[in-house]
Amino acid sequence: MMASSAPMPDHPLTTQDGVPLKTKLARAERMNKLKSLALVLPLALFLLLTFVVPIGSLLLRSVDNPEVVASLPSTVKAIGAWDGKSLPPEPVYRAVAADLIKARDDQTLGDLGKRLNMEVAGYRSLLGKTARALPFDPAPASYKDALVKLDERWGDPAYWQAIRRNGSAHTPFYLLAAVDHRVDDLGDITATTPDQAIYLDVFARTFWMSAVVTVISLLLAYPLAYLLVSLPTRKSNLLMIMVLLPFWTSVLVRVAAWIVLLQSGGLINSALMALGITDHPLQLVFNRVGVYIAMVHILLPFMILPIYSVMKGISPTYLRAAVSLGSHPFGAFWKVYFPQTVAGVGAGCLLVFILSIGYYITPALLGSPNDQMVSYFVAFYTNTTINWGMATALGGLLLAATMVLYMVYSKLVGAGRLRLG
Amino acid sequence: MPNPYMSPIERAWFYLHRLLSGLTLLFLVLPVLVIIPLSFNESSFLVYPLTGFSMRWYHDFFTSAEWMRSLKNSLIVAPAATVLAMVFGTLASVGLTRTEFRGKALLMSLLISPMVVPVVIVGVAGYLFFAPLGMDASYTTLILMHAALGVPFVVITVTATLQGFNHNLVRAAASLGASPLRSFFKVTLPLIAPGVISGALFAFGTSFDEVVVTIFIAGPEQATLPRAMFSGIRENLSPTIAAAATLLIAFSVVMLLTLEWLRGRGERLRTQPAKA
Repeated sequence: MMASSAPMPDHPLTTQDGVPLKTKLARAERMNKLKSLALVLPLALFLLLTFVVPIGSLLLRSVDNPEVVASLPSTVKAIGAWDGKSLPPEPVYRAVAADLIKARDDQTLGDLGKRLNMEVAGYRSLLGKTARALPFDPAPASYKDALVKLDERWGDPAYWQAIRRNGSAHTPFYLLAAVDHRVDDLGDITATTPDQAIYLDVFARTFWMSAVVTVISLLLAYPLAYLLVSLPTRKSNLLMIMVLLPFWTSVLVRVAAWIVLLQSGGLINSALMALGITDHPLQLVFNRVGVYIAMVHILLPFMILPIYSVMKGISPTYLRAAVSLGSHPFGAFWKVYFPQTVAGVGAGCLLVFILSIGYYITPALLGSPNDQMVSYFVAFYTNTTINWGMATALGGLLLAATMVLYMVYSKLVGAGRLRLG
Repeated sequence: MPNPYMSPIERAWFYLHRLLSGLTLLFLVLPVLVIIPLSFNESSFLVYPLTGFSMRWYHDFFTSAEWMRSLKNSLIVAPAATVLAMVFGTLASVGLTRTEFRGKALLMSLLISPMVVPVVIVGVAGYLFFAPLGMDASYTTLILMHAALGVPFVVITVTATLQGFNHNLVRAAASLGASPLRSFFKVTLPLIAPGVISGALFAFGTSFDEVVVTIFIAGPEQATLPRAMFSGIRENLSPTIAAAATLLIAFSVVMLLTLEWLRGRGERLRTQPAKA
């Protein structure tokens, strides 16, 4: 820095052992950087093992398609020679008979049936029926005739196309299904029939509910944050504790409390009836209203804190200056004060929205089946129907949405700049 | 108080603002306040008005093998997860703040990401990954995953504390012959202790309140207190849950007051530099 204005000396400055000072400095700085990285390394490795790798394998799982390849290996090989239009040639029928005997003995028939049933309804029963009849005794001259005779569905190309479509260990099936699309018999991507299309609605509902929660939180948080910064420190600290107490209280405690408050004989309904607002108890819980109330309650501190910390850095003199220059107080607030708080509002809204779209517990305990968000279906396919493909595909899309929003948040706010308490 | 120069409309706005803020605060604390009296109520229904004082729900809580086991599990898992998160998180925060390097913002985003990734995804991913290794339904896995969820809070609070940290102090210690380890424990750690402790409190709170990951990766043997509450709320919302909830609220109050005390102490230290 200092040498930049002065002319450079003929020979560069060196340390005692003759290494140019610049090189030595660069080396020292590199060492320092390496030391810093070495301090971060344990945590990075820890998160890699407990967090990044499991989530990565979840994402891979969403394109995983092991059943057909594993249970019908020779059929998959033989069906490659088929043109896909008429019926497959004799070797394919022979191969499927052999594979099904093996699958029955290895007890992989159940998984195979479940997987193919997703492609063509009734496949499971077809496989079960066929496997029970095998092996043919005596061995027939034509397996094709024998199988079609056993069940005429083996004479329907659609059942064979399902096998051919799944002749690879990877499939876009689940990811497409998660956005209500599928690969049809001709190999084109088409929309699922309306009676089976549910997931786009679930995604839309998730985003809509999160948006509603974000807007309500903002409307409640902004005036409160403004009050907190305009009060004297002692008072505002006391009120801040009232904000932080629920923040620190277990989510399950709050869910239980809201059920108690909102149930038909609960305090809220009693109060509404005592005030004459309604003459019969309103349904406030186990529906959308209950979910909104509890979610806003849980997420409100995440909106208040960023807005509060931005407002705290704004000098009240700007507002006074605007008013003294003749601005209407409301105009001054809107034109002078509000624009300065936009950063906090943006940070709070993004954070609340990001956290909302992943909500599971609150809708699961306080909502009806029509109020469940994407997370619920991920859990449902994992725990109840054990459909890893659907669970991981829906989870992967939810994660993608979260990550896009989180990247925006990191860029705009800075990931570490969150004020907690 | 509204100042005397306000026009009537401004005055109306002033009171409306106070009223709205007051209602919002009431909304925030109401559920916490409502559940406490019900836990001391003798009726087995969770409704007002109260009928009489009774400690029977606390008795139920402390004599139920299931609740006690879940309490014990929470008291095993949360401290262990906190220690892990605290150690890894503090080291990383020191590394992140002592130099500038390329990709730092990205690395920071990665370290904070367990806070924003939907917990269901973390739970399902953990289950799919650890179950084939025979590591599901174990305390170790539960502790590791809870630690991962607590890490972002430690990183956030400790890096925030380190922003105001004078790195020349470490250089001074080194020039006086202290080893890096010694200067960390004698110089850095005492100064950033408030940040480390609040981070640890957050990590503890995260684990102590965590239910979704626990649903997926813990077996019945490892069920924690929130897990037991989840089943309880789902099956039958009994006053015993209100008793458990009250105990948890008491616990949160202790944590919150500790945190506020730390914050106040930190602010005093910052605003009133030691007299030379």
